[in-house]
Amino acid sequence: MSDVREFDTRPAGHPSAESPLAWSFHRQAPPREAGAGVTLREHAFLGHLVLRGGAIVLDEAVREVLGIALPARPNTLALDDGGERSVQWLAPDEWLVIVPAGEEFTLESRLRQALGQAHFSIVNVSGGQTLIELSGPQAREVLMKSTTYDVHPQAFPVGKGVTVVFAKASVVLRRPREDAWELVVRRSFADYCYRWLLDAAGEYGVSVAR
Amino acid sequence: MFHIYCPYCEEHREEEEFHPKGQAHIARPAEPEACSDEEWGDYLFFRDNPRGIHHELWVHAIGCRKFFNITRHTASYEILETYKMGEQPTITAESLAREEKAGHVQVAEGGQQTVGASDAALASVKGAQG
Repeated sequence: MSDVREFDTRPAGHPSAESPLAWSFHRQAPPREAGAGVTLREHAFLGHLVLRGGAIVLDEAVREVLGIALPARPNTLALDDGGERSVQWLAPDEWLVIVPAGEEFTLESRLRQALGQAHFSIVNVSGGQTLIELSGPQAREVLMKSTTYDVHPQAFPVGKGVTVVFAKASVVLRRPREDAWELVVRRSFADYCYRWLLDAAGEYGVSVAR
Repeated sequence: MFHIYCPYCEEHREEEEFHPKGQAHIARPAEPEACSDEEWGDYLFFRDNPRGIHHELWVHAIGCRKFFNITRHTASYEILETYKMGEQPTITAESLAREEKAGHVQVAEGGQQTVGASDAALASVKGAQG
């Protein structure tokens, strides 16, 4: 067991918390259009962990604790069978783990236990970023307007994830399923990206699911 | 707008994701205390400014955020290769000069003739390196 002090960022007693998009939703009622070409949905309060360390050591621990093999290839994304938990390659020694809300602290403790005295770092970044899901028949058109990265299905198959320039911010863009894209957005960029998406998707009709 | 190959992401990425960080392969003196002021000053402040092949440090700032090296031609801006930290370049001014001597004219991927140019250009490259 490592001697790092851990603390639960989600303490008991359920103090109030606001998603990074709370202000955006408050300021302007989220649009709802029937038959919209693009649907946005924020998955707020998920558990985000950044793992850093050697791939072999981390792979063993992540397999043991999460049951997911650490994606070793660059720009890849691995999901569990239910698609709820994911591990994404960010850099040769850095991975992003996203798990359902409330699981992150237990996961962090268990990973630390499994890793013992190995050389690694785990940082809970749940409060620093949020996940926006983009779906609908015209979702790819919106991405094509917003990022220089090639999002053609041939170049961006399911199971790929990259950190790219999106509008004038940087986001983690990933494709967990055939019919949906996910944007992992930093808290401070959330309102900007959300309003950019509404503007860019306006011509196809946009709906925000909550 | 052009693409740079990131050796860590193993794909070509948009140029705006990268930042240049100056000359590569600058070794920190093993014993800074034993350096003369001139040696230490050279290490800290003085950089090569060749016309021709230059090895540079770049960072994939939006992306994997790793530093890597680029071999670049400072006159044509052509990127000849990119390689990871800790590796040595396979293309240098010397290697190009050797090929020139052997009579090989290398043609880049785009069909542009990049090296094996005039003797004068080569001499200037050599002069800058020497």
